[in-house]
Amino acid sequence: MPERSSRVLPIYVAAACFVLLAPIVIVCVISFGGDGYLKFPPDSFSLKWFAAFFGDSRWRQSLISSALIALIACVISTVIGFLAAYALVRAEMRAKKFILSLMLMPIIVPTVITAIAMYFLTAKFGLVGNMLWIGFCHAIIALPIVLLILLSALQGVDPNLERAALGLGASRLRVFFKVVIPIAWPGVVSAALFAYLASFDELIISLFLAGARAQTLPVRIWNSLHLDIEPTIAAAATFLIALTGAILIADGAVRWLRGRSVGSTQP
Amino acid sequence: MNQGVRPSSAGGAIDLRGVTKLYGGLRVVDDISLSIRPGEFFSLLGPSGSGKTTTLMMVAGFADVDRGAVDVDGVDVADLPPQKRGFGMVFQNYAIFPHLNVFENVAFPLRARHRPEPEIREKVNRALDLVQLGSFASRFARQLSGGQQQRVAIARAIVFEPRLVLMDEPLGALDKNLRYDMQVEIKEIQRRLGMTVVYVTHDQEEAMNMSDRIAILNRGRVEQVGAPAEVYERPQNAFVARFLGEANLLAGTVSAQAADCAVLRVGEHSFRARLAAPIETGQPASLFVRPERVLLEAEAGTDEAWNHVGGEVRRASFLGNIVRYLVQVGPSLAMRIDAQNAGPAPFAVGARVFLKWAVADSLLLVE
Amino acid sequence: MRREAFWRDPAILVYPAIAFLVIGFVIPLTWFFVATLSEIGGPSAILGQVVSIASSRAVVSALITTNWIALLVTALTLLAGYPIAYYLSTGNRLRFTLVLFCIVVPYFTSVIVRTYSWMVLLGRNGVINQALLSLGVIDAPLPLLYNKLGVVIGMTYVLLPYMILTLYAAMKAIDPSYMRAGLALGASRTYAFRRIYLPLSAHGAISGSLIVFILAIGFFITPALMGGPSDVMIAMLIERSVEIMLDWQGAAIMSLLLLALTLVLFAIYYRVTDVRRMMGA
Repeated sequence: MPERSSRVLPIYVAAACFVLLAPIVIVCVISFGGDGYLKFPPDSFSLKWFAAFFGDSRWRQSLISSALIALIACVISTVIGFLAAYALVRAEMRAKKFILSLMLMPIIVPTVITAIAMYFLTAKFGLVGNMLWIGFCHAIIALPIVLLILLSALQGVDPNLERAALGLGASRLRVFFKVVIPIAWPGVVSAALFAYLASFDELIISLFLAGARAQTLPVRIWNSLHLDIEPTIAAAATFLIALTGAILIADGAVRWLRGRSVGSTQP
Repeated sequence: MNQGVRPSSAGGAIDLRGVTKLYGGLRVVDDISLSIRPGEFFSLLGPSGSGKTTTLMMVAGFADVDRGAVDVDGVDVADLPPQKRGFGMVFQNYAIFPHLNVFENVAFPLRARHRPEPEIREKVNRALDLVQLGSFASRFARQLSGGQQQRVAIARAIVFEPRLVLMDEPLGALDKNLRYDMQVEIKEIQRRLGMTVVYVTHDQEEAMNMSDRIAILNRGRVEQVGAPAEVYERPQNAFVARFLGEANLLAGTVSAQAADCAVLRVGEHSFRARLAAPIETGQPASLFVRPERVLLEAEAGTDEAWNHVGGEVRRASFLGNIVRYLVQVGPSLAMRIDAQNAGPAPFAVGARVFLKWAVADSLLLVE
Repeated sequence: MRREAFWRDPAILVYPAIAFLVIGFVIPLTWFFVATLSEIGGPSAILGQVVSIASSRAVVSALITTNWIALLVTALTLLAGYPIAYYLSTGNRLRFTLVLFCIVVPYFTSVIVRTYSWMVLLGRNGVINQALLSLGVIDAPLPLLYNKLGVVIGMTYVLLPYMILTLYAAMKAIDPSYMRAGLALGASRTYAFRRIYLPLSAHGAISGSLIVFILAIGFFITPALMGGPSDVMIAMLIERSVEIMLDWQGAAIMSLLLLALTLVLFAIYYRVTDVRRMMGA
């Protein structure tokens, strides 16, 4: 259609995009500042806040905790979520929409409530600070995300491919591993990436369950923001932004590879 | 039947002058010039990618004309946005507004023009009667069949009495039987209201059934313009010949020629044909003859006004009203013959047969 | 043979997820409510306690603040997001990718990082006040942070992508030929927009508003960091009851109120939306 609409809309959208990105960009820029306090634009640039971030054993420990917990959450939620998504897409089930809604509950129910309920149980069993348990709890929050991504990925897999394989004499198990997973793997990778990110960024549950032993990076940032707003937070925030960026790039790369290798069955 | 919906005035002449559309470096519409007369049913016929829909979109105002101009009743419409052009339009997917009922869909163009309520009521009811949907006014699109939705789209396109209605493959989504009925119905409405219709289709039967004239498009260019019988009987080139139905095209070289007749050498055979355009002796060319114009006989003929060749039946397909034969007439030369399923028993595969067709039915085409 | 039967019906593959959710989500929540509330006494005692807490000054004021902020944030995200989603749904590929990038990056960035970013911008010595001071627009720093304004700005920023993506999913489903048909039939751009596009996209606006409102009433991080002493939202009150007052019963009753409100709204959302398309997934 010829562009006859006014210029107002593009200008507004450009301004909105600026406002959406600016806060994130500014935090990244000030984290490279060389001044004694946070200043924008910085008078000089240095890596000193990153040196402080990686040099401090407590920050480093929180980073390791986050990475481990996210790994646990990512593995659990991706495996369970993949099976559930496959069942929801393929099986003849009554109340499919209802089951799905139930599985989305962890992102609908305010996290504060979920966190307190989990804490109530965790404290009883003395599991506060147990990374495996925190990872398990994070997997609950990550499950809806995994499910939504995989549902749309699996809907792109033509059920006739599976019927054809079954018709050619392959067992269900074989079809699952030789047909379904190879076709759906980009969706699985992208679900795993975002599950990892969801757990890595999770704050409220960690806040209650981490105790002093398993403080994650977001908890550490939270505590810093409440106690003394040290400039190292900017470096920690930039690290989290970079992780988000890396995961978005990895996801884009996987989608791009899939678009090249398999004739796309999905827009 | 109601005669209440009338075209606003005579008019609706369209002139396309060297119209060109570029997408990237590709000329999807390449220097098309056409003159469509007021009150004419004009079809743009072509395969997908021939530029027919793009041409229609340029007339409608949804695509910019990169080069050339579109004149409507002598006025260049380049600066008019679609909503100011005042044409009726029917889309392939009907585009019946899902949140409005049939009445409100048909009333849409009148409401957009702020017509008074009594006039809206009157005109909408007349238009709905015209498409035989008078009793469906309060239904929604999802409650209608494809054919009914298309009728709503047509009523909506004519209710404001446009001088010109554009239709973009309006019957493409309907099944074959319904399509024929709708063709008759659309043609009837057009004839009664006298508006100009520009009709885009890829179905040659549809175009021939409805049109006063057809433009055959290929790769963004007009191959031929003419009345249905003219383009069918006298195609100007092999593309048109093939696109408008079954065609025998025997490739050879021109070996001799007279005033309006030439001799074409095809393998060991020589055939005579009329000339579609001047051609030089020694040039490659194809002899075109429709399969239904070729006669199949058991004995060799000698009539001077006919081309004759002998052959062997390779395949005989029973298609109901006709029997379609494939006859091998040379080492690498086969012809298709459509024989009416009347008269004597059909020839069997392997039978020795003699083919003949009138020189007057043979046309020499350059590829 | 037995193994083959096991794999014949894929429906059973949903059971691990259900079991997982029951163990990790349903049981903790139920246990928490049952264990804390049963300490109060019988049903009438519990009801009395619920009424007394629900009508206490702190909770009433927190509920009013919560709903008011959530309403404000929903309206702002709808107003700000609608044109962006519209632009996304009509733009060409390059424009689409660029704008989507600007939405997706903040969408997937940690809430605490996004909140921190706005604290850096809005603080007394923040980027905005520094800039305005140095430009001479103002003489003293504006109070942008630690008040309702800060909370609303921060939450609108965090929730805007949810609104845009929900709206976009609805707008993408609108066949562009409807607008074309409208224009071709003589409607002006504004008339066609008002009569066709707006009603067809209303569904997405309702879905988006519901999901943003649902998420906003349970918000914790942003209001806790950016709000002032009087901007206490219900989720913050719940957290404080546990962390500071160790008042589990109060926390449970307030949680029950918030949960009920959330579930009622989700039930409406469930009716009007395809949950598989939640948040434009």
